[in-house]
Amino acid sequence: MSLKTIQAAPGFQDYLPKEYQDLLEDGPFFQQRKVSELGSFKEAIEEHPMCAGCAMTLFIRLVYVGLPSLEHTVICGTAGCGRLAISQGAVPFVYGNYGDTNAVATGLKRGLDIRFKDQPKDVVVMAGDGGLADIGFHAVMHSWFRKEKFTTIMLDNEVYGNTGGQDSGMTQKGMVMKMAPTGKKFEKMDMLGLAKTAGVAYTARISPTNPTRVANTVRKAVLIAREVGPTFIQAYTSCNIEYAIPTPKVMDDAREVEKDRYGYLEYFSDEAKTYWEESEKERKRLRKAEK
Amino acid sequence: MTQGNKVAYPVVPGPEGILPPAATMMGVPLPEEGEGLVEGRIVGEQEALETAAIALLTRKNATLFPGPLVLWGWNDHTNEKAKYFFDVANELPGIRIIPMPDYRPIYPKIDPEAVINPCHPNLTIWHNKIEACVFIGVHCHFANITLKMVRAGTNCYTIALCAEAGHEDAMCSVPNFDIEKLVRFRDAIIKVKKNGIKPLYEGKGIIPTGWAQISRLSGKPVEKPKDDLLEVGVTGAFSHELETGLDDTAE
Repeated sequence: MSLKTIQAAPGFQDYLPKEYQDLLEDGPFFQQRKVSELGSFKEAIEEHPMCAGCAMTLFIRLVYVGLPSLEHTVICGTAGCGRLAISQGAVPFVYGNYGDTNAVATGLKRGLDIRFKDQPKDVVVMAGDGGLADIGFHAVMHSWFRKEKFTTIMLDNEVYGNTGGQDSGMTQKGMVMKMAPTGKKFEKMDMLGLAKTAGVAYTARISPTNPTRVANTVRKAVLIAREVGPTFIQAYTSCNIEYAIPTPKVMDDAREVEKDRYGYLEYFSDEAKTYWEESEKERKRLRKAEK
Repeated sequence: MTQGNKVAYPVVPGPEGILPPAATMMGVPLPEEGEGLVEGRIVGEQEALETAAIALLTRKNATLFPGPLVLWGWNDHTNEKAKYFFDVANELPGIRIIPMPDYRPIYPKIDPEAVINPCHPNLTIWHNKIEACVFIGVHCHFANITLKMVRAGTNCYTIALCAEAGHEDAMCSVPNFDIEKLVRFRDAIIKVKKNGIKPLYEGKGIIPTGWAQISRLSGKPVEKPKDDLLEVGVTGAFSHELETGLDDTAE
């Protein structure tokens, strides 16, 4: 893994498929792209096999824009809808076994820190509510207790969408699903509260209604994880199939749910707040100096 | 195990049918340094190189599949290796180069003229009617599965030029394939041509494949064809409709 990895060996560029040529010539590497630039550069992910209108895919696309240095990032995921798209991205993707993602990410992050002392490498876990709040719960919690320096992003579609509609810990109480005909029996898990209790440096709850805010939140979470400690983003990414949301209404649903119970929320630990304020000041100073 | 001239399991062009056994489980050993493997039989390295050369010169639509370890400029070594790769390619009239840039599962559709993917390599081989190919610079764990899938579903003669231990599931394989061996391979191609092997596509150079390659190498804009993608999935995997289904009422 070096900066040279994202260039073709001499003579090979002409033989690469078009999308790889575009990635090399006009890709998102070595610079922070903005949401407003979408459509004007080759994105890390374009084609994918997700369902039409999937809000999760939109969110994943925005995550790739928000990541501060794609060329130095490894994404770790697991079974579920999300990995169908994430594994198509032009960023290394490690498929942890169901339940293992945060343990795998711990090993990756520690190994990369030993191997690349002078180059920060970001590890980002991106998996569903089943993979993180249910089956991967123990590994998630312990990575937080251990203060592992990586970001965990939960793609919360509030259902096991990939396997036909079983309720997950993140499903709303009383929700009747195809595979939960008598309704969900328990409250939705308070993962944000658990994260705070476990000492996570930065947590955020977000819906994909405001693309710039999604990209900024991801960038913030990854930068804080790099310097301070674990960070967590819980993102509402509805499953329009299992929740029978008509494709054109997916964003309307996201806006309604955001207004009702999924409003933007962020929490900083004291250390994270100090770090972020100082680094923001520094960034502003540098921007001024550039002008 | 291989004893004398007896081959424990002949690893020959397929199609062998779905899920062929791994050659190693059938008793095919890996070659040592200085040796090669041809159709399940341990031979000298030179014989393996010449066998590979003859296959690439005489079989239809021979293609080189460079993998990430030679395709990307990881370090000075790969940059140097790329030069020798093209030296080999230039000795093979009518050769095609279709890269395997990474191992991302390319779903739902693949452009088989532009890329080969370890998740469904048969699509590229079928579409381009490739009857001999070389895998070079492909990580071993992906090469293994790819070689088995190619043997299962195609009639392609597979050659694995491996930087590590070699591959039993290839029809021809040489281990520890470094720059020196690339040079020896080029020399072997020149030698078999001198010895009278007439290339099937004599007089031709590297043949561009896929609209992006043609556009890039010719320097002229080529429009992307509308129907050049193959659907991956059940129909892609079997490439034909089921002619008869199971009879539920049969006893």
